[in-house]
Amino acid sequence: MLRQAAGHMRGLLARRASVAVTSTAVRMASQGHEVSETVDMSRPMYYDRADVPLPDKPYKDLLTDADKSLKQKEKGPWTQLSKEEKIALYRLMFCQTYPEMKQKTSEWKTVLGGIFIFLGFTGLVVWWQRIYVYPPLPKTFEGDSQAMQLKRMLDMRVNPVQGFAAKWDYEKGQWK
Amino acid sequence: MSLAKPLMRGLLAKRLRFHLPIAFGLAFAAAVAFKYTVTEPRKRAYADFYKQYDAVKEFNAMREAGVFQSVRPSGE
Repeated sequence: MLRQAAGHMRGLLARRASVAVTSTAVRMASQGHEVSETVDMSRPMYYDRADVPLPDKPYKDLLTDADKSLKQKEKGPWTQLSKEEKIALYRLMFCQTYPEMKQKTSEWKTVLGGIFIFLGFTGLVVWWQRIYVYPPLPKTFEGDSQAMQLKRMLDMRVNPVQGFAAKWDYEKGQWK
Repeated sequence: MSLAKPLMRGLLAKRLRFHLPIAFGLAFAAAVAFKYTVTEPRKRAYADFYKQYDAVKEFNAMREAGVFQSVRPSGE
């Protein structure tokens, strides 16, 4: 019971839930036209995930007669199964193999492109703000005021051991 | 088509046995490098600075420059 609940949670969190279409029927709306398939997420679902190896249910639910006879043969010794039969049994249980699941996508290009687009747009917004929103700079940012501030810092001997004033030669009145 | 049974246990222990000595070694090396590139030069710099430091002379220089509020330059 608890395992079922845990399975439901995993099913809900499954990002790449490969919907097992075999067991749900197409619902007809009252007007008579078809609506899209709805998946009952309260029941065990199939999903292909690299970190959860065994899904809650097999991939194929409705087996043809050939599949059913294969499943019967599976109950006996497996050494009697041929290679094709083993692969067929695998494909009954699972939709994709691990290498198929782990195929590289080109998603990173989209992500990187989106990042750059939004960074560029932000740059344009900041530029507009610089022109139309920011107030004028204080007078203390001008060259003369900066020079006076620098002189005062040197007079105060700011960081005289290894830092700012240490780099000023007080005898000669210039940078070392 | 019978494969060998894969390792089922002790995977974390195996990883730690390999990586922990490396981690400790690198951390120790980083500490030693920091000591001899940063702290020793800094200690020497401070020692050298204060060997030739005349506090009164520095005070008078700063006073003449007018940075103090408690004492004004001697001219005023």
